[in-house]
Amino acid sequence: MDKIIIYMQYPFVQNALIVGILIALCSSLFGATLVLKRLSFIGDGLSHVAFGATAVAAVMSFADDMLLALPVTTVSAILLLKSGQNAKIRGDAAIAMISAGALAFGYLIMNIFSASSNLSGDVCSTLFGSTSILTLDRKDVWLCVLLSVFVLTVFVLMYNKIFAITFDEDFAKATGVRADEYNLIIAVVIAIIIVLAMNLVGALLVSALIVFPALSAMRLLSGFKQVMICSASLSVVCALSGILISILAGTPVGATIVAVDAVAFGIACFIGRASRGARK
Amino acid sequence: MALLTARNISLGYDSIPVAEGLNFHVDSGDYLAVVGENGSGKTTLIRTLLQLQNPLGGEIVLDDGLRKNEIGHLPQQTAIQKDFPASVREIVISGCQGRAGLRPFYTREEKELAEESMELMDISELAVKCYRELSGGQQQRVLLARALCAARKILLLDEPASGLDPSAAARMYDLIEKMNGKGIAIIMVSHDITAAVNYAKHILHIGDNIFYGTKEEYIKSEIGRAFIKEHRGGETA
Repeated sequence: MDKIIIYMQYPFVQNALIVGILIALCSSLFGATLVLKRLSFIGDGLSHVAFGATAVAAVMSFADDMLLALPVTTVSAILLLKSGQNAKIRGDAAIAMISAGALAFGYLIMNIFSASSNLSGDVCSTLFGSTSILTLDRKDVWLCVLLSVFVLTVFVLMYNKIFAITFDEDFAKATGVRADEYNLIIAVVIAIIIVLAMNLVGALLVSALIVFPALSAMRLLSGFKQVMICSASLSVVCALSGILISILAGTPVGATIVAVDAVAFGIACFIGRASRGARK
Repeated sequence: MALLTARNISLGYDSIPVAEGLNFHVDSGDYLAVVGENGSGKTTLIRTLLQLQNPLGGEIVLDDGLRKNEIGHLPQQTAIQKDFPASVREIVISGCQGRAGLRPFYTREEKELAEESMELMDISELAVKCYRELSGGQQQRVLLARALCAARKILLLDEPASGLDPSAAARMYDLIEKMNGKGIAIIMVSHDITAAVNYAKHILHIGDNIFYGTKEEYIKSEIGRAFIKEHRGGETA
């Protein structure tokens, strides 16, 4: 306990916690929508695209990787959602193709052009999350706060519309809801979330951050709003404990957070089953 | 003028027609049943009327006063909805989304409308229950209440009684008739010919032969007699 209090006084730990909580909050909110629309795989595909873009940005020595990763991921998100609407199978295959392709090209580019002496270290940290969350400066924190506020605002303003098009897109369209436009906005927001979350847990683990809290909450509760609130709080608690554990135990941040999420899911499954059994 | 007029429309997917040369119109307060064999394009017709897909030919004319957000729709259930975590109230009020436009939150009138719809469908006591834990008949009534929130003038129903036991189905048809009595025009797709001729005012039969006219004309017509004879035995057994 003393150790935590001492660590908390360091600004880099404070920054990490602020950013971690914000990212966990944002990523969990759209998780339920993706899961229910059978689009969880998109999170995975997009994070690989983001990895590819980050690799290119690193080689071209951009001042900030996000400058390239954000627009590229956004465009991919829009394309993937569009193709997913036209034909389910084609959308699925498109994701598999794009994600593997982006991963391969990203690694190739890093391998051929990288000036860094520690190549495998760079790759590993982009894929599985780095300790970079512990080396954030004020500018990174502010960017993250700004994007999180944007994501949260969009979510609150669109909550009822998200519900309508998640539950029944055809009905929404037929009764005059502009579902296509809203889907587009959701795609853009998901891209932002993924690029943000990549800093925290790395490209390969992003989709876990998005999907786990939503799935856990769906095991426990039955209302849409309840699921949203529960998944957001669960995600924040898991991220918080994950970061603290990783600081104390010296484990990698991203993997620790996802492991905590997975344990929480297991517990939620158990409670869900027990309470359902008790009702019967 | 009719709320909705179909002029010589052809239906189908990917330019392969399943039904051609359909002419009919629906006035306010009408009750039109669409009957026909499986695969004759009944659901395609509903989707086309809702503008979820385009007709291959012909045109659908909506009355000037009929806006898209005055149309209600009761679709066949999708797999996604079977395990969707949402309360009954949340689903019913989502029917108001069309009239909400860009406004982010529901108004008090819309919330009251949702409560009234639930009352009318006799599901008020289920308001906080989870949708996936309801019976098939209750789920259908929830979706009908949602459609009622959206429908101010016309309601399109796709197999409203499919998968329901006879008493739940009868209840469903009674509720639909009640809505029709309030002046909402109904277009109902059904393979249940008994219910169609019991409740509807007009019949549209699609398939190899096409018939459109009042229920009385349909019962007397050759195509109607043949279809009723063939299907009534199976339905009531």
